[in-house]
Amino acid sequence: MPTGGPKPPAVEVHEAGTIGHGHAMIVLLTRRIFGLILTLLAVSLLIFAVMALLPGDPAAITLGTSATPETLAALRHEMGLDQPLIIRYGQWLAGALTGDLGKSYTYGVPVAGLIVERLAVTLPLAILAILLSVLIAVPLGVAAAARRGGFFDIVAALFSQMGIAVPGFWVGLLLVLLFATSLGWMPAGGFPGWGSGMWPALKSLVLPAVALALPQAAVLTRVTRSAVLDTLHEDFARTATAKGLSRSRVLWGHVVPNALVPVLTILGLQFTFLVAGAVLIENVFTLPGLGRLAYQALSQRDIIVLQDVVLFFAGLVIVVNFLVDLSYLAIDPRLRAGGAR
Amino acid sequence: MTKFSHPSLGDVARRLAFGAALSTGLLMLGLTQAQAAKTTLNLGMTVEPTGLDPTIAAPVAIGQVTWQNIFEGLVAIDESGKIVPQLAKSWEISPDGLTYTFRLQTGVKFHDGQVFDSAAAKFTLDRARGGDSVNPQKRFFASIASIDAPDAETLVLHLSSPTGSLLYWLGWPSSVMVGPKSSANDKTTPVGTGPFKFSAWAKGDHVDLVKNPDYWNKSVDVKLEKVTFRFISDPQAEAAALKAGDVDAFPEFAAPELMNSFDGDARLTTKIGNTELKVVAGMNNTRKPFDDKRVRQALMMALDRKTIIEGAWSGLGTAIGSHYTPNDPGYKDLTDVLPYDAAKAKALLAKAGYPNGFTFTIKTPQMAYAPRSAQVMQAMFADIGVTMNIEPTEFPAKWVQDVFTGRDYDMTIVAHAEPMDIDIYSRDPYYFNYKNPAFNELIKKIQLTADVSEQNKFYGEAQSILAEDVPALFLFVMPKLGVWDKKLKGLWENEPIPSNVLTNVSWED
Repeated sequence: MPTGGPKPPAVEVHEAGTIGHGHAMIVLLTRRIFGLILTLLAVSLLIFAVMALLPGDPAAITLGTSATPETLAALRHEMGLDQPLIIRYGQWLAGALTGDLGKSYTYGVPVAGLIVERLAVTLPLAILAILLSVLIAVPLGVAAAARRGGFFDIVAALFSQMGIAVPGFWVGLLLVLLFATSLGWMPAGGFPGWGSGMWPALKSLVLPAVALALPQAAVLTRVTRSAVLDTLHEDFARTATAKGLSRSRVLWGHVVPNALVPVLTILGLQFTFLVAGAVLIENVFTLPGLGRLAYQALSQRDIIVLQDVVLFFAGLVIVVNFLVDLSYLAIDPRLRAGGAR
Repeated sequence: MTKFSHPSLGDVARRLAFGAALSTGLLMLGLTQAQAAKTTLNLGMTVEPTGLDPTIAAPVAIGQVTWQNIFEGLVAIDESGKIVPQLAKSWEISPDGLTYTFRLQTGVKFHDGQVFDSAAAKFTLDRARGGDSVNPQKRFFASIASIDAPDAETLVLHLSSPTGSLLYWLGWPSSVMVGPKSSANDKTTPVGTGPFKFSAWAKGDHVDLVKNPDYWNKSVDVKLEKVTFRFISDPQAEAAALKAGDVDAFPEFAAPELMNSFDGDARLTTKIGNTELKVVAGMNNTRKPFDDKRVRQALMMALDRKTIIEGAWSGLGTAIGSHYTPNDPGYKDLTDVLPYDAAKAKALLAKAGYPNGFTFTIKTPQMAYAPRSAQVMQAMFADIGVTMNIEPTEFPAKWVQDVFTGRDYDMTIVAHAEPMDIDIYSRDPYYFNYKNPAFNELIKKIQLTADVSEQNKFYGEAQSILAEDVPALFLFVMPKLGVWDKKLKGLWENEPIPSNVLTNVSWED
């Protein structure tokens, strides 16, 4: 097994024909989905509890330093903050199940709409960054592994060292200095909205995507390189070479597909990180993404928005992990048999 | 949760297709527009407003987008801080100061077609002072006992006690006129009578306003057709956006230390104006040892305001000796009442029973001026043997809870944004826990007279009491750091009230 990523679930190998594969798959999936729902419920309770413990009164923040006690009471009533916690949790959960995530205290609009608006920035940005990262890392990592100590291996080592050491937001600042302030090719930040046209919108995502992708690509290059190296030493690869297959056919036809499991694991982690963790980059480029929405909601104690966005992030991580697990099954036929732990 | 990613993907795809079709058209439009004089403005702000209705929430950013642009008041406050007529063209105050009769403008309509008349004005003020009002300045309207609208052009306010500041308060963003049919939605889609109409709000990025072609006030010539307020919170990103030309103006640039970086820029100019933002280090006046006036005075004398301004705000800012700014009427320079003198401070501290100093904690919000000032103060207090620990306190949430509401603190430091708010030292409860009947009496007297010179005399006396009593350490007034395109004319250089008034802004050819 490759050493780069977490090990796939332990496998009980059944004799072919004892249980139908399709049936086993259904049992496996049902269990996983049930677990997924339980996890989400537990997470929602945890989020709500943390929000309730957070110091700061949204009404007091809204009304500022001249507010009278009566206006504060009136606003707390309007916000529903005078209700018991258990009822507020129940209302939130019931609303969330029917797709009504509540109204933002600060913006006064439904949170679901806010999240969808922000996803129109965050998702394309994350996808662009992932694409860039894969396009850089996979060829570089494979080339580095193909000839250890060769030119590409040195380039890959240098690149991944620097990419991991240098923080993305700093790269972002440098990119702004060069491409926006000095050369004037790109906007220094902000997002004109997709309504202003494909190119202006994409253009404003290019620099942040690069800043996001470089550190991710650095990690991915290392993972790819070590996964390919490990796989190169497996018996089947040696056998393929011994059988007289060309070096590149062994590499691309046999080794790379088998090295993909750890790469996919990292990609899954990176995607959730890119959606949920791009706050710094979004601030440097003043992009109205989800991370910045959460950050603003936190500082304004817009608790409704905050708990919805955090629940969304948590749900995203859980669902993406689920999908990554499923994709192991697709990549590695050995995992499909039986499957249950 | 996945439910929401699906429609959004579809949404994105649709917007993509739409955008591609639109971009060609926009490109051609852009080409023809480049020929004529520019009529659009991209204006940068550090803080995004939380809602767009200044009558239901306190943050100044709301007024900075809407006041005088979307919303107007019975009266307005001009660039020099004077009260000027607006939707009320004139008014009369009865000799006993208890009846205000306003003559309103005629032919004024809200952006959605509603008529502005005395009924709308009465509605607005009743909404602000009513039982379920959430107006952040509800106390402004406390003395209004009843409101009459005898005819469409006349509004009469009957007061329970004379209120000398009432007219001034009616000029504030929290007192703007709203439409009876539209007010409930002003938070998201504001409807006013002003020279600009609300167009769109891309939350987290920008607010668009467009010119109101039916603006009632024909004596002003509004040049701008479209204004975009862009919200950029990072100072480096603000500077980059200015230099790249993404924004044309940053009337309140956030980083004084970056002001030099615009020197020699061929396109941009910098203007250093004044504001009402008073940076003061408030003390808990009922907590030991701050309950002893001599201790507070010693701490004040331990501070060299000039060095603090240098360290905190790159030397840009004006020292103050009380809770009053040089642009306020009746201002007295009282910075020499307790001037910087470490030896005297140490002696006074010994007299108060602290020959070896003492230790206390300052709760500092995260805004740049606060920790920077606190660090300089810490060194200066150390010179007189006083140890000050610095405890970062998240603003607004935790600060409001611990310091403002809970009053659980020794010292704090915060910039008070509200103009002419010296009366906060007479409020009870208020976070200073300062109680001085003589001072309270003065503040009452200010309200009992409508005579300006009389008021200014009382304001002068009130300043002197504070300068002597130092319930808070009075440090400096923040400057208004304006950075904008040299061809842009008409932006306010000073800020008697937090705002971005765009009525007279235009581009030079």
